[in-house]
Amino acid sequence: MTKLQNAIIGGVRAVLGQVPASWLPGGTPDPLIDKRVALGGQQSRIDGPDKVRGAARFAAEVAMEDLLYAAFVHSTIARGRIADLDVSDAEAAPGVALVMTYRNAPRIGVPPPIGLTNLKAAGNHTLPILQDPEIHWNGQVVAVVLAETREQADHAASLVRVRYDAAPARTRFEEGKTSASMPESILVERNRLDKGNAGQKFAQAAVTIDGVYTTPWESHAPIEPHAATIAWRDGKLIVHDATQMIHATAGSFAKVFGLKAEDVHVSSPYVGGGFGAKALWDHQILGVAAAKLAGRPVRVALSRASMHRLIGGRTRTEQRVALAADADGKLTALLHHGYGVKPRHSVCDEGFSLTGRSLYACESFDIVQHNVELDLLANSFMRGPGETPGTFAIECAMDELAHALGMDPIELRRRNAATCDPVSGAPHSQSAMMEAYDLGAARIGWHRRAPRPCTRRDGEWWIGIGCATGTFPFTRMPGTSARITLDANGDAHVASAAQEMGMGTATVQRQHAADRLGLPLERVTVAIGDSRLPFASFAGGSSQTASLAAAISAASGKLAIQLMRLAGNDTPLAGLKPNEIEFAEGGLRSVEDPARHESFASILRRAGRGELSAIGESGAPLEVLKYSMHSTSAIFCELRVSEVTGEIRVDRLVGAFDCGRILNAKTAASQFKGGMIMGLGMALTEETLLDERTGRIMSTSLADYHVPVHLDVPDIDVLWTDIPDPRTPLGARGIGEIGTTGVAAAVANAVFNATGKRVRDLPLTLDKLF
Amino acid sequence: MPIRVNDTEVPAPEDARVSLLDLLREHLHLTGTKKGCDQGACGACTVLLDGNRVLSCLTLAAQAEGREVRTIEGIAGAAGELHVLQRGFVEHDGLQCGYCTPGQICSAIAMAEELRRGDPSYVTPDIAAGPAAVTREEIRERMSGNLCRCGAHNGIVEAIEAMLAETAA
Repeated sequence: MTKLQNAIIGGVRAVLGQVPASWLPGGTPDPLIDKRVALGGQQSRIDGPDKVRGAARFAAEVAMEDLLYAAFVHSTIARGRIADLDVSDAEAAPGVALVMTYRNAPRIGVPPPIGLTNLKAAGNHTLPILQDPEIHWNGQVVAVVLAETREQADHAASLVRVRYDAAPARTRFEEGKTSASMPESILVERNRLDKGNAGQKFAQAAVTIDGVYTTPWESHAPIEPHAATIAWRDGKLIVHDATQMIHATAGSFAKVFGLKAEDVHVSSPYVGGGFGAKALWDHQILGVAAAKLAGRPVRVALSRASMHRLIGGRTRTEQRVALAADADGKLTALLHHGYGVKPRHSVCDEGFSLTGRSLYACESFDIVQHNVELDLLANSFMRGPGETPGTFAIECAMDELAHALGMDPIELRRRNAATCDPVSGAPHSQSAMMEAYDLGAARIGWHRRAPRPCTRRDGEWWIGIGCATGTFPFTRMPGTSARITLDANGDAHVASAAQEMGMGTATVQRQHAADRLGLPLERVTVAIGDSRLPFASFAGGSSQTASLAAAISAASGKLAIQLMRLAGNDTPLAGLKPNEIEFAEGGLRSVEDPARHESFASILRRAGRGELSAIGESGAPLEVLKYSMHSTSAIFCELRVSEVTGEIRVDRLVGAFDCGRILNAKTAASQFKGGMIMGLGMALTEETLLDERTGRIMSTSLADYHVPVHLDVPDIDVLWTDIPDPRTPLGARGIGEIGTTGVAAAVANAVFNATGKRVRDLPLTLDKLF
Repeated sequence: MPIRVNDTEVPAPEDARVSLLDLLREHLHLTGTKKGCDQGACGACTVLLDGNRVLSCLTLAAQAEGREVRTIEGIAGAAGELHVLQRGFVEHDGLQCGYCTPGQICSAIAMAEELRRGDPSYVTPDIAAGPAAVTREEIRERMSGNLCRCGAHNGIVEAIEAMLAETAA
């Protein structure tokens, strides 16, 4: 499949290279790039008041009559089979309705895996769920207990006795490397890029660096645990889920349980943090199966320990980066070879090797990544997948190269900043990485940085400043659709099954729809978060805003045509063609003669219509195959390192972003900061600890997995170039994930500047410093 | 003995294992109080017990008998108008997903009272004298028991500063 995929994508790219830009999506720049009223402002999030009152309803909070509570029993071996299973004590415990194991679970299908071709698939792994006695990872569910109360369910789960026949398991990274596989492709890119004889250029270069960088397993750790409240009613399935992929989850339920699509209803109006984790994992499938078996509604709310057993995180990576440059600092060779754990049943590529393909012009590349196939919980996408660990390696290496050259790290990037795609030669849709560097450098006060490490100190503290580039590709998903309904007052109501997990989805699209339709904000509503609304793709890959914007834009175009039809001949607009009208002042008007105007309300009233609606869809994203479309950022960090303890205190973070136009300054700043704080955690404290002897995750609580707390988070400044991308809806590229990229490298580079100590192994804990 | 929750008396649960958090969420359907970790590590379940902040997941419902519990549902005014801190959270965007938010707000309200009393913290320079000034560091240290994964920390601190400024004025 992947060989075929490589051929198809290569072929399409070759063809699109010859196709005029005007034929493709974004061929004509979106007029809203410049014509902005609500867009670009400091709009407070519209769900803010509900959230600060505690009135926003999350998945585990839906009240239901006759509800049962689920508790899980997890396997304690990594590989083998269940030899003996005794559930009699659990079944006899007070309040227990049933115990479900592979013996009595309904026969169900395997969830269709997330992929590029099926937008209604959400599976994170390809294994059967509670269908047989086979064990594939340490923590897999072997029994589900349903009871009248949570306390009863938890107690009964402790009474289930399981004996296993363990089989040899592959759980050690170093051993797994020896038999690692080399996939044909990583996401949509061919794996192993060998261009320009990098090995030879490296050997002949004036200046080289060569290092191995490692990043650990990491967990998304959303504050809302995974949860679902589930009911079967008359053969139809209702799931109140916490998911960032509503329709894909509904489609997967239909497939797994053999239902018609219209008989599955997934509701997820609010998600308490996702970051890639709130997808379809075993707990929803098990909850639905158990509710079916019990004939009663079920609530599944995972404990922190169950989350770590069932929800895969960011995979561990080991990356060798070797860079070569001439005496002027021009890159002549970039070698990036790495390993990441990807169990055979996992479907998520951690594309860390893609980072070095887009950022810098270079004469030659040798880039390849290998999958270490262990018997572990499937890894998953976590905020900024690929580029987050990838930028740690590439951007630390760039800092090392700058040091070896005796050159300012920003100057090194300036000399190598790509002016087109370094691999394919495709033009950038828009790229202004060095403008971001200039903004950020001025804000942090880069001139205060001592060029030589170990120069600045204050008492026991060594002080340093570092920088690094962040990057994330633009993605727009096909198929995402939106319905715009105009009511009799001429107010607009937008609906799409899009997701809200803190990004401000409805807030921003309300601004968009208001400007698109020429309405004030208060005359626009946006409904999202429910599978009964028009189809929307997932909230992932930083794609949702662009995909929804394309859908709303398309719907508005259809709406204009329908309005003109309804308006007939008794309108000031009579005789105008669709390209001669525009939305303005709550109606349509002539572009040439603004006095020719009729309001939506008037058109509907004359036509005797109570409302009018149109659905638009985000089409095939061919622009990403013709253009090189990547956002970039310049991340800066100022910190102190204690000479006594090795403790790192980050005093300041600055992020300057080149992500096209910013749609809401308030929510965008929050999203950038949030991403950077996750990067700060990655840099300093975050590490999912795996016992390599048993394949069991040890850090299964928020007391053991350390995310940044208030005292760890300094004042963060975020800036943006705000240069529109003419090839994207609204001139914007996604901003949800880029914040996380580059941060760990900026911190590590600042640590080097402060102390002269180069740490290539995350997180940068005290023990690694002195 | 009954428990007073937001000025309403409710009976204590029969099952002695029920936490105050589960009493609120599962028995009373007061779901504004959030369950983040159920282990006392995240602060999402923070409520006010006789005016002091407690982690309701580590508090048995039985421990609240005869006492006054105030949850996020009881923070706004009688007519539903937002508390100054709730307004500040919206204005300064001290939230994204909103899941840690009720706990942050309850925690900060009690923290303001601790500051007013002069309770020292880990970063207070002179523990005997108490906090001389309300610095960002003081606020951050005192709020560090409330985790936020979306990264709204800067906005949360700004909202708290705005509340302290408004109530001091």
